[in-house]
Amino acid sequence: MPFDIYDFSSFTGWIDASLRAAMSPFWTIFTEFVLLGVAFLAFYAVVGLLLVYAERRVCAFMQCRVGPNRVGPWGLFQTVADLIKLLFKELIHIKKADKILFNLAPFIVIIASFFALAAIPFAKGLHAVDLNIGLFYVMAVSSVGVVGILLAGWSSNSKYSLIGAMRSGAQIISYELSVGLSLLVIVVLAGTLQLSEIVELQRDGWFLFKGHLPAVIAFIIFLIASTAEINRGPFDLAEAESELTAGFHTEYSGIKFAFFFLAEYMNMFIVASIAATVFLGGWMPLHIGSWDGFNHIMDYIPPFVWYAGKTAVIIYIIMLFKWTFPRLRIDQLLTLEWKYLLPINLFNILLMAFLVLMGWHF
Amino acid sequence: MSENQIVTPPKDIDLDYQDYVINMGPQHPSTHGVMRFLLTLKGETVDNVQPHCGYIHRGIEKMTERLTYPQIVHLTDRLDYLSAHINNEAVCLCVENALQIEVPERVKYIRTIIDELNRIASHQLWWAAFGMDMGALTTFFYGLRDREYILDIFEETTGGRLIQSYNTPGGLMNDLHKDFQTKVKKFIKDFRKVLPEYDRLLTGNVIFTERSKGIGYISKEDAISYGVTGPSGRGSGFACDVRKIAPYSAYDKVQFKEALYTEGDTFARYKVRMDEMWESMNIIEQLIDNIPQGDYAAKMKAVIKLPVGEYYQRVEAARGEFGVHIISDGNKNPYRLKLRSPNFSNLSAINAMAKGHKIADLVAISGSLDLVIPDLDR
Repeated sequence: MPFDIYDFSSFTGWIDASLRAAMSPFWTIFTEFVLLGVAFLAFYAVVGLLLVYAERRVCAFMQCRVGPNRVGPWGLFQTVADLIKLLFKELIHIKKADKILFNLAPFIVIIASFFALAAIPFAKGLHAVDLNIGLFYVMAVSSVGVVGILLAGWSSNSKYSLIGAMRSGAQIISYELSVGLSLLVIVVLAGTLQLSEIVELQRDGWFLFKGHLPAVIAFIIFLIASTAEINRGPFDLAEAESELTAGFHTEYSGIKFAFFFLAEYMNMFIVASIAATVFLGGWMPLHIGSWDGFNHIMDYIPPFVWYAGKTAVIIYIIMLFKWTFPRLRIDQLLTLEWKYLLPINLFNILLMAFLVLMGWHF
Repeated sequence: MSENQIVTPPKDIDLDYQDYVINMGPQHPSTHGVMRFLLTLKGETVDNVQPHCGYIHRGIEKMTERLTYPQIVHLTDRLDYLSAHINNEAVCLCVENALQIEVPERVKYIRTIIDELNRIASHQLWWAAFGMDMGALTTFFYGLRDREYILDIFEETTGGRLIQSYNTPGGLMNDLHKDFQTKVKKFIKDFRKVLPEYDRLLTGNVIFTERSKGIGYISKEDAISYGVTGPSGRGSGFACDVRKIAPYSAYDKVQFKEALYTEGDTFARYKVRMDEMWESMNIIEQLIDNIPQGDYAAKMKAVIKLPVGEYYQRVEAARGEFGVHIISDGNKNPYRLKLRSPNFSNLSAINAMAKGHKIADLVAISGSLDLVIPDLDR
């Protein structure tokens, strides 16, 4: 079995070849789908739980507390215990709720985040599908989640939920623009939408450094807009605890609530992954120009460690946002997007196009 | 978007038109207790706020008619539990004035110091909860962390952390703990360093200032006519500090500034409380080294009977003017006791303040009024 920690394509190729040798092409594809599904389910659960744990630790660190430290070593199993609790909790049926939509909503939210996960390159040769429109695909499927949130708010037969859903609809649709446009800046620079190629192009330097000022502006805007798009503080208006108690998922309980909860954290993971892939070189090690010795040492660190490290840093920054800033008001939120971020973004694309045309980038 | 830009569907044409009415409370994270706001909304904009109180009405005023004066003191703790000591003092001062007893100087000093400590503790908790109302959850832990030092000082001297019942007609229950002065001085030294940290975390934050400036405006005239007192009134330029206009205990012996702002918005009310914490520390520092020696209580009769008549005493509680009005028929318990609670009058202004603002602003406004529901319902 060829297994190379620096290049997974030989390993995945070997699995494909041995399956094809054993069964017909249809069953090969089928088995691969099942294997991928199981792998992603396991990955999803583990990352979700780890992120919840990380959030608790980071927030405890910000608030002069210890955080979870009783269940298991360093409280690691606290989130597992919570998950088990949520699994066994009663599902409360809401009177006069639209049953079908009410039950469908959490699945839409969680499936949207599953879709996005498929295109992300975790290491060299380690991705489910390498679409030639990868970035576009991720943008498209991640906005399906808002449908679930709107449905949840609408079908709950609760006024608080409805306000939360309306807010999140306005918010996500607005900030989608900024997210897309700030990624477009990098697409202009890279000349491709394929995520694996975008990573490959950053072999001699990350786009954050290669793209001069426009890339830095795009990175900052992406951080702000993506925090808003995943409904996290200071943009957590959709669930605004002190105003709407829990916003769109007020009426959900048990495992359905857990779906929303997990999806929120996985969206954060996806957003951080995309930021890491597009701006910080994904799994590509840090290379500095002609420092061959330094570059060589960096190459020894496995790609998925680079990827995980970069993603973790972005997640940490997004968590710090939440535990530092007060929440914005809905009109301020929309003002920020339509009056500030969007014009800056449009100008930024022009600037980047100009830079690329003149060949002034690295 | 201001309120006049919103198009109201004409009611006489659209027969299905209904106001969007929601209940904020009685169980809601930002009403800070069992309190219900009936909101009429137009989209996100608040059209009308109708506060419904009385969920934890315990009939304290009626209960007092069956209790003796030293017993009544313990009930006043349960009104505004965050300024418990100040409430106690109001009843004690009222009884002492009625009997024309002069309490020892030592008592006056200690009462004033603990009053101010109580005010700081109350404002710390307010700051903590206000930040949380605004969505900045971290402030909650910072505020409570520092409040803990004051509660420890209270526990040592008075035996109680939240509600102390340290006052009694004629003086205090007990003498000071021997460590009281050193601990208070240490707390003030530390807190002078921590308070700028509060400012760095919240006051200067652009989101916070955007959300609080110009929100929940109430003019000085309106503040006076609604009876908005305390820090909330002083944010509108209404100089209503009882410590200044009718000094009691040792307040006539200290120098301090009355925090006054004229903007009348949420941010002004916020700044008043932040300034008051500094001033409280100044007051304590002036007194803490000069506590005179002597008895901790005046000699009182075993059964206190007030002469026939009406007596009123007002004090500056952490939320505003707290008044005790006793009507005595010469017995050992009052014929009628009326409490003027600052929160009740402050709450009455909420509709005037919140009309036309967003739901999120209503939360900020009710946070800036610093409502304590048991005091409101009595």
